Amino acid sequence: MRPLSELRPGDCARLTRVGGERGFCRRLMEMGFLPGTQVRLVRAVGIGDLIEIEVRGAHISLRRSEAQALFLERPR
Amino acid sequence: MTSTPAAPRATRRARVAIAGNPNTGKTTVFNRLTGAHQKVGNYAGVTVEIHEGRLALQKSGTVDLLDVPGAYSLSARSREEELAIQAIAGLEPFASPDLVVVVADATQLSRNLYFVLQVLELGLPCVIALNMTDMLAERGLVVDVRALEQELGVPVVETTGTSGKGLAELRERIDDALVNNARHVPRNLTSSLGPQLAEDLALVSEAIPLYWSRGSQERKRALALWALISIDDNDELADVPAALRASVLERRALAAAEGRSIDTEIVQTRYSWIDSRMPSFLKEAGTRPRSRTERIDAVLLNPVAGFLIFLLLMGIVFQSLFTWASPLMGVIEGIFDSFAGWLRDVLPAGVGREFVTEGLIAGVGSVLVFLPQILMLFLFIGLMEDTGYMARAAFLMDRVMRSIGLSGRAFVPMISGYACAVPAILATRTMERQRDRTLTMLVIPLMTCSARLPVYALIIGALFPVSHVFGFVPVQGLLMVGMYLFSTVTALVAAAVLSRTLFKAKTPPLILELPPYRVPHLPSVLRMMWQRSRAFLQQAGGVILVCTVVLWAMLHFPRDPLRTSSYEAQRQALVEKGQSHAELDAREAAENMRRSLGGRLGHAIEPVISPLGFDWKIGIGLVGAFAAREVFVTTMGVVYGAGNDADEASTTLRDKIKAESRADGKPVYTPLVGLSLMIFFALACQCMSTLAAVKRETQGWKWPIFLFAYMSVLAWIASFAVYQGGRALGFD
Repeated sequence: MRPLSELRPGDCARLTRVGGERGFCRRLMEMGFLPGTQVRLVRAVGIGDLIEIEVRGAHISLRRSEAQALFLERPR
Repeated sequence: MTSTPAAPRATRRARVAIAGNPNTGKTTVFNRLTGAHQKVGNYAGVTVEIHEGRLALQKSGTVDLLDVPGAYSLSARSREEELAIQAIAGLEPFASPDLVVVVADATQLSRNLYFVLQVLELGLPCVIALNMTDMLAERGLVVDVRALEQELGVPVVETTGTSGKGLAELRERIDDALVNNARHVPRNLTSSLGPQLAEDLALVSEAIPLYWSRGSQERKRALALWALISIDDNDELADVPAALRASVLERRALAAAEGRSIDTEIVQTRYSWIDSRMPSFLKEAGTRPRSRTERIDAVLLNPVAGFLIFLLLMGIVFQSLFTWASPLMGVIEGIFDSFAGWLRDVLPAGVGREFVTEGLIAGVGSVLVFLPQILMLFLFIGLMEDTGYMARAAFLMDRVMRSIGLSGRAFVPMISGYACAVPAILATRTMERQRDRTLTMLVIPLMTCSARLPVYALIIGALFPVSHVFGFVPVQGLLMVGMYLFSTVTALVAAAVLSRTLFKAKTPPLILELPPYRVPHLPSVLRMMWQRSRAFLQQAGGVILVCTVVLWAMLHFPRDPLRTSSYEAQRQALVEKGQSHAELDAREAAENMRRSLGGRLGHAIEPVISPLGFDWKIGIGLVGAFAAREVFVTTMGVVYGAGNDADEASTTLRDKIKAESRADGKPVYTPLVGLSLMIFFALACQCMSTLAAVKRETQGWKWPIFLFAYMSVLAWIASFAVYQGGRALGFD
């Protein structure tokens, strides 16, 4: 497993695990971040440490440090 | 699938709740349905804006519509999130809806269906307004509406909120659904829970009180699911029965011991129902990047260009609040002045006339004078929200604001505080958490608002020389810039201190949706601008009006009939000699004010303010300035007998101030006193409109009282330090 924050801009991968503090993790799952869901990293260089992820047609921004709790499956 | 027969509805009007995810165009649909018939609802303890409206239907007659705040899910952790479940399930303080219209964004169908499922689980009659299918079509995708209706068992109507397409059909479907009162729970959803989760659910269901379930098995299960996914040891939910909480905590502890995650199981059950059907709902699977929005964001979220553009936009907002609104404010003041002048001519002389022209009309005027700035600020906020830029602003400012313990969304309200704290405080509504809102409200009044400018201008103009530093930097301008910097730094430091002490909380993780850019729907923006402004006028206006009148009375009463008649006699004498009595009038006004309640208060507080270098005359000015800071200038005008209509540029007033001396012959006003006075004005909460606005937004007196106390103490200490420190250094 590798954390979501290691994804390169434009690359896609499937989630394997969604972790983090309960409220954060639950809200992400409810927004469709579930094991098996495909995500794409849209932007990694923002102001501060925000990254932008596309999931199920929506664009969601997370802090890089907090996105460490989301894991992706290894690329084949 | 199950269908329950219609339950009889009494003769009352039917209630329809409009709900859905944020950014689905829900409010536009709500506006389209209700037209002009809407207002901001008032619920005990609810600080989030909830709009209500009416809709006339052919068969069901007039029905009440409720615009439920946008939410990704009904699960809740905070008080604010709790509102969605309360409004939809009809728990206190909300009445039960007879129908829920879920506005769903077709471009994010699976996530929106997640919300739909939760409404259906509650066994509520439901109609789905499938919005933004036009944007979906741009991506080469089509939703199979019939398949959706088939699987969900409820009517689905394609709508385009911005053009009004599909709204007539939506109205018909709402009408039919209300008449039929049919409810549907997709059975294969609720029966697909895992065995352990089913057991959790069965046990927690028993703790659902009857006033929640109302005897319905579906409601019981749905609310038990809600409780399982919402409650934990440190949630902030306010209305959860103790037995239910205990039951949930017990099951969650058990699950945790077994290594299960109840949250994941619940969410996954719903999503696997959705995901297995998505291929039949969407005609062409897979999503394409939203190229246009991404291209725009490549610039607007760029660390350099995006930041500069954001600052430029903020500059425009600031400038417009500051300068563009002032002509309008001048017009409003002019109207009230000429109205008062007209009344002065028409009404018979006496206390009654003074009350109407100087107390009452000035009071109404001091409420309405904020209107241009409030309207303008809400117009900008509405445009930023409707285009999708507000989320980008939060994105750009997250890092900076986080360092002082605030969210990125606090930036726009804070910068608005440079113009006026009142609209800025109203703008805190764009923030999600009450903690962030309250904290922001407590520091906004420290920003240099436009009402401080006349005070600074008077003091700087009267007491500081028109000279230059280094030969070209004007001292007076430098002082003005200095006051701005001082207030900005103080506000940031205050936020940092408050967020680390009184508002100590872990920075919540950020989950920020960046919605696609859209052309704003102007009618919706204008409507929101007007509704928010009207709500302010109605709710804070009353307090401001009353306070203005009270302060006016304090500065004009009690009157001594002997004194009045003596001045009257002198005036007669002057008139007989054919001389002007303007100077006498000014003297009378000055004496009246000195002997008024406010004047005595000025005397009474002198021991407190003399260590700051202020005498009792300044004390009267401070009392008067509580109505609004700029009133300080006119109050000083009256106290020094410079006439009723002195402004900050009045040379008479400036000269009188410069000439004012103490008993020992030394001048009262030195540059050091001026500086101390400016520092006092920069920090003290000399503004009851601000307090009224904070009281309205926090629904109580606690925070306005705290705000007033901390700012007053801060102001006193800082002025004391400046004045006494300056004297110790040999300045006088």
